Amino acid sequence: MKSDKIFKYLLFSASFLVIIVAAGMVFTLSSGAIPAFKEFGLKFIISNQWNPTEGRESYGALPFIAGTVITSVIALLLCIPLAFSTSLFIAEYFYKKRVAMFLSTMVDLLAGIPSIVYGLWGFYVLRPFIVELGLSPQGYGIFTASLILAIMIIPYATSLSSEIISMVPNDLKEAAYAMGATRLEVIFNVILPNARSGIFASFILAFGRALGETMAVTMLIGNSNIVPTGLFQTGNTMASVIANQFGEADGLKLSSLIAIGLILFVITGLINAIGKLIIKKLA
Amino acid sequence: MKRILLLSVIIAMFAACNSGTNNSKKSDDKKSVAITAAGATFPLPFYNMIFKKYSSESGTLVTYGGIGSGGGIRSLKDRLVDFGATDAFLSESKMKDLPAEIVHIPTCLGAVVIAYNLPGYDGIKLTPDLLAGIFMGEITKWNDAKIQANNKDLIMPNKQITVVYRSDGSGTTNIFSDYMSKISTEWASEIGVGKSLNWKTGIGAKGNPGVAGTIQATEGSVGYVGSEYAFEQNIQTALLKNAAGNYIKPSIQSISASAQGDLPANTCIMLTNSSAVDAYPISGFTWLILYKEQNYNNRSFAQAEATLKLLDWVVSNEAQSSASKVNYAPLPEKAVKQAKEILRSVTFNGEVILK
Repeated sequence: MKSDKIFKYLLFSASFLVIIVAAGMVFTLSSGAIPAFKEFGLKFIISNQWNPTEGRESYGALPFIAGTVITSVIALLLCIPLAFSTSLFIAEYFYKKRVAMFLSTMVDLLAGIPSIVYGLWGFYVLRPFIVELGLSPQGYGIFTASLILAIMIIPYATSLSSEIISMVPNDLKEAAYAMGATRLEVIFNVILPNARSGIFASFILAFGRALGETMAVTMLIGNSNIVPTGLFQTGNTMASVIANQFGEADGLKLSSLIAIGLILFVITGLINAIGKLIIKKLA
Repeated sequence: MKRILLLSVIIAMFAACNSGTNNSKKSDDKKSVAITAAGATFPLPFYNMIFKKYSSESGTLVTYGGIGSGGGIRSLKDRLVDFGATDAFLSESKMKDLPAEIVHIPTCLGAVVIAYNLPGYDGIKLTPDLLAGIFMGEITKWNDAKIQANNKDLIMPNKQITVVYRSDGSGTTNIFSDYMSKISTEWASEIGVGKSLNWKTGIGAKGNPGVAGTIQATEGSVGYVGSEYAFEQNIQTALLKNAAGNYIKPSIQSISASAQGDLPANTCIMLTNSSAVDAYPISGFTWLILYKEQNYNNRSFAQAEATLKLLDWVVSNEAQSSASKVNYAPLPEKAVKQAKEILRSVTFNGEVILK
């Protein structure tokens, strides 16, 4: 009885610690961002000027917000069909078959590869390929970064989706087959309605990872602080500009970088909240 | 298990004490003092090499932390170090922020080279105008008539120019933009000088290795790289037209030559666009900084003396001649003389330390 109580308190303090850490992060980010917001106000979010030259300092986060959102959305669009079909392959068509087991191991393996390795591969293999295709003279830009992001998040979405698809009760599927449904009909009328909230959640998670990804994107996006106007233009993302410029930054610039961190935090939080809402509706 | 752990800790402590007494015995007769310094990362390989040598030869332990020029100045301000190091000399107003007067001691020279990637096109010659045009995005092709006209012995390829710059804040960008502002009024008014800039064209990469790596992986690209890194990597570099009108290849000699002219008494000068005949135009000093009055914070005279002896050695022939081994340019004789004079103005309780 006594040990039960101790355990309860232990659990309580552990979960309370999570809240304290999260609140502490919000607090430090907000207090660090105050000078930037005081200086530029709302203009900080809508201005596309990022000029760190001493004496003409002016910081606007729009290029980075745009870069982050555009690359992540493109990555998600590329990821959805591929991840969905791969997870059907693993969890439905070849469920528990050797080829599916092999594939699912490979997917899990891909999910565990550090992002810097994806970045290197993108830099030395994917980028020259883009140049060879004649899509862009040097291969850096929004499209290349989105492509590497898509490749990075597909394993996440696939791994989770296939888990959820395989959890659809067999009774339901068998009942549908017994009524003469084809495989395609089973997928769209039985599996999807049952698994859709879980599949959606897996894509939200993948999107979240794309938003915060830093290293691989930095190596391929070109790091130019402009609002991209084309797929093959260079750009920059929020995570990437923070990683790049944090080292030598001080004063207003440092505050602006922290403010970008805060915006990234808020955007990620918003997307998660919206995702949760939609999942509730779907379930 | 616990006992074994405790035992091993005790043994380790004994071992540590033992080696400690051994060390102190060796340097006992030389009164062991430890000198700490911190600052610029650009001359780090040079400092690491010479400080290590000095430590082993003199018994004075010297530790140097490469924490960046800004960190070096802050550490000296907070009196955490015996001396700091910086790539940019402190302006009058910045010196006023410090609690007491400081002196600058130049230690070696470095440069920023224009690296590019055009296989088979070695030794491209660039004028200040061309450089400004390329890095401001006005010249976009390698076979642009202006580049072609300046390189008559080559048939320039019809390739797009990709500018590569530092995406992180850096002293390399600072010295490069200082030069660009001197040679181009357009650059000065539209971009300016700084550790990071508002670029009009090109792509960013992190650190010298990042820029050099991106250039080497991208045909048709051009960027600026610290000489110490470029020399080590044997990167293709452009010849620049200097203020005297000569095309100069970046080398240890041509970088050193940029400091051959007259220097101000405190050596605080940006050497970019030097008027010396055979000077490479984007060169610069790196400095060590220390307080002119060494008696502060209860420092002992021995500590102050050891610090100055070390600095006197850094500008001596012995240390300077090894600079080129790690791809830095040694100080010209005149600058050494000036540095020694400055060191001899540093005092302890108002009395000159080095005689």
